Amino acid sequence: ARSQSSLGQGLLSLLSREHLDEDTWEEIEDTLLTADVGVAPTQELVERLRTRVKVLGTRTPTELRELLRDELVQLIGPDMDRSLSTTRSAEGRPAVVLVVGVNGTGKTTTTGKLARVLVADGRQVVLGAADTFRAAAADQLQTWGERVGAQIVRGPEGGDPASVAFDAVKEGIALEADTVLVDTAGRLHTKTGLMDELGKVKRVVEKHGPVSEVLLVLDATTGQNGLVQARVFAEVVDITGIVLTKLDGTAKGGIVVAVQRELGVPVKLVGLGEGADDLAPFEPEAFVDALVGE
Amino acid sequence: MFDTLSDRLAATFKNLRSRGRLSEADIDATAREIRIALLEADVALPVVRAFIKQVKTRALGAEVSQALNPAQQVIKIVNEELVGILGGETRRLRYAKQPPTVIMLAGLQGAGKTTLAGKLGRWLRNQGHAPLLVACDLQRPNAVNQLSVVAERAGVAVYAPQPGNGVGDPVQVAKDSIEYARTKQFDVVVVDTAGRLGIDAELMQQAADIRDAVSPDEILFVVDAMIGQDAVTTAQAFLDGVGFDGVVLTKLDGDARGGAALSVAQVTGRQVMFASNGEKLDDFDAFHPDRMASRILGMGDVLSLIEKA
Ligand SMILES: Nc1nc2c(ncn2[C@@H]2O[C@H](COP(=O)(O)OP(=O)(O)OP(=O)(O)O)[C@@H](O)[C@H]2O)c(=O)[nH]1
Ligand SMILES: Nc1nc2c(ncn2[C@@H]2O[C@H](COP(=O)(O)OP(=O)(O)OP(=O)(O)O)[C@@H](O)[C@H]2O)c(=O)[nH]1
Ligand SMILES: [Mg+2]
Ligand SMILES: [Mg+2]
Repeated sequence: ARSQSSLGQGLLSLLSREHLDEDTWEEIEDTLLTADVGVAPTQELVERLRTRVKVLGTRTPTELRELLRDELVQLIGPDMDRSLSTTRSAEGRPAVVLVVGVNGTGKTTTTGKLARVLVADGRQVVLGAADTFRAAAADQLQTWGERVGAQIVRGPEGGDPASVAFDAVKEGIALEADTVLVDTAGRLHTKTGLMDELGKVKRVVEKHGPVSEVLLVLDATTGQNGLVQARVFAEVVDITGIVLTKLDGTAKGGIVVAVQRELGVPVKLVGLGEGADDLAPFEPEAFVDALVGE
Repeated sequence: MFDTLSDRLAATFKNLRSRGRLSEADIDATAREIRIALLEADVALPVVRAFIKQVKTRALGAEVSQALNPAQQVIKIVNEELVGILGGETRRLRYAKQPPTVIMLAGLQGAGKTTLAGKLGRWLRNQGHAPLLVACDLQRPNAVNQLSVVAERAGVAVYAPQPGNGVGDPVQVAKDSIEYARTKQFDVVVVDTAGRLGIDAELMQQAADIRDAVSPDEILFVVDAMIGQDAVTTAQAFLDGVGFDGVVLTKLDGDARGGAALSVAQVTGRQVMFASNGEKLDDFDAFHPDRMASRILGMGDVLSLIEKA
C-alpha cells in the first residue's frame, strides 16, 4: 500500500507540473545521488542537462527525464563491446578468465554462475580455486563445480595462489578444455601485499599465454569506494570487464557510471541472485531505467 | 579538485578568516562543503539533509568563540553532532542473567557475518567465556564448513548438526543449539545466519523465526563499511524484519569513509558497537565514535587542532 500511494503522489506531482522549476532539478540531482552516482558526476550531468535544456527549449519534467536517460546511456557507452572471450585461442589454448575484487562481492558465486552458462552452451570448463586463504573457499568453489558440471583444480590450504592458478590452466590445456575460470581471494585494494600477490597470479598464468578476461566483481551496494577499487585493480591486473552483483536488491549500482566514465571498462554482466542461473548480460538501457526509477 | 574537507574549507574561508562572528553566509558556505564531504563519504542523502539542518540551527545560535575562526567553529559543531549521533560512549554487550547469552548476527550477503562469528568467539574466549558458534546458514555453498573452520581457528566450539548447501532447517538448528549449549555448559551462543536482502520477505521471515527460536539478548546488524546510499533502506528493512540492538561495521581496514555508520545510527537509533578491520580473527575492536567522525569528515588533523582550542 505504501509504494502505491508514493507512486500515486509521484505521478500527481509530475502531472501537476508543467515547467521546470528548481524542485524538478533537485529531484533529478537526488535521484542520481541516492543511486550512488556520486557528487562530481551528478553535478556534471546536471550542468550538461541545464545547457541542453536551454538549447532545446525543453519545458516539461517528462522531457527532462528523457534527456537525463539519454545522457546516462551515453555515459555508459551504449556501443561498447560487452562480449566475453571464453573460446579457445587459434593456437588451441583454453580461454583464461581471472575473477578479482574486494572481499565478499560475489566472485566465487559469479565464477560458478559463469561456468553454468558455459557448460550449458556445451563447453568444457575448468575451475581454478586460487583463493587458498579464506576458510572453506575452495570447498565453496568445488560445490559450485559439482553443481554445474565443471572440474576443479585446487591446492593446499594456505598454499601459493599463483601456482594453483598455473596448475588450473595447465590442466585446462591438457584436457583441451574451452575455458579456465580462476577464482581469486577477496582483497582490499589498499593492501599492497595482497595486490602484489594478485599481480603475480596473473603473471604466472601468462606463462601459458595471454589471459583472455580479467573481470572485476563489484557489489551494487558499494558506494563511492567502488571507484577507488576499480582504479587500483585496473592498475594492477588491467581489468577487461566489470560484473555488477547483487542488483536484485534495492541498490542501483550507480557507482559504475563513475567507473565507466573514468576507466572506460565496460560492465559486462550483472548478478541477480544467489542461484546458478542468476547471471545476465548487462543492458545499458534497462540499467539506466532502473537507475532513474521508471 | 580538493581531496579533503579541510582543503575545501580552507579555500571557502580564505576571505572570511579574519572575521570573528558566525554570519549566516559563513554558515551556508560551510554547510555546502560539509554536505559534499558527507555525500562523498557515502552518508545517505536524507541523513545528510537532516544533519545539515541541525548543524545550521546550532551554529546560528552558537556563542562567538574567541579562539576559533568561523570555519573551525562550524566544524567543531559538526564534529560534536557527528559524535553525538554515532553514540558518545560505546555500549557494551548485554549478557543474560541466566546463561546462555544469545547473540544473533544478521545482514546482507557477504557483509562479514561468518568471519565476525569467529572474531566474537575468539574475543569472548579471551574474556573467559565459553562460546558456541551455531551454523544457521544452511543455504550458501559451504557456509557450514566455513564456520567450522573459523571456529577451529578461533579455538572455540561449533554446533553444526546439518550439512547445509540447502539441506536442513536453520530454525530447528537455532532452537536445538540453546539446549545443546545448556547441557554442554556454553555460556554464550553466537548464531551465524545466511546473508539476505532487505526486500526478500521469505528470508526475512526466516530470520524472524530464528530470532523467535532463540530469543537473542543481542541481535547485531553486520554492515560493510563500503556500502553506499542503500545503507538506510537496508538497515530499515532489517530493523522492521528482524529488529536489531547494535551494529557492527566491517572491512574498516580499507579506505572507505564509512558514512554508513552515520546513516544507520541516525535512521535506526542503534549504535555501532564493534568495528571489524581485517580478515584475521584478531582484527576486531570496540567502535570509537570520535575516530569514526574524523574518518567520515576526512579531517583528523583539523579536529585535533580544534579540540585543543
Ligand atoms: N542477492 C545476491 N547475492 C549474491 C549475488 N552474488 C553473490 N551473492 C551472495 O553474496 C555472498 C558472497 O558471495 P561470494 O561468491 O562468496 O563472494 P566472494 O567475492 O567470492 O567472497 P570472498 O571470496 O570471501 O571475497 C554469498 O552469500 C552469495 O550467495 C547476487 O547477484 N545477488
Ligand atoms: N578486509 C576485510 N575483510 C573482511 C572483514 N570481515 C570479513 N571479511 C571478508 O569478507 C568476505 C566475506 O566475509 P563472510 O564472513 O564470509 O561474510 P558473510 O556475511 O558471512 O557472507 P554470507 O554468509 O555469504 O552472507 C570474506 O572474504 C572475509 O574474509 C574485514 O573486517 N576486513
Ligand atoms: Mg570467494
Ligand atoms: Mg556467512
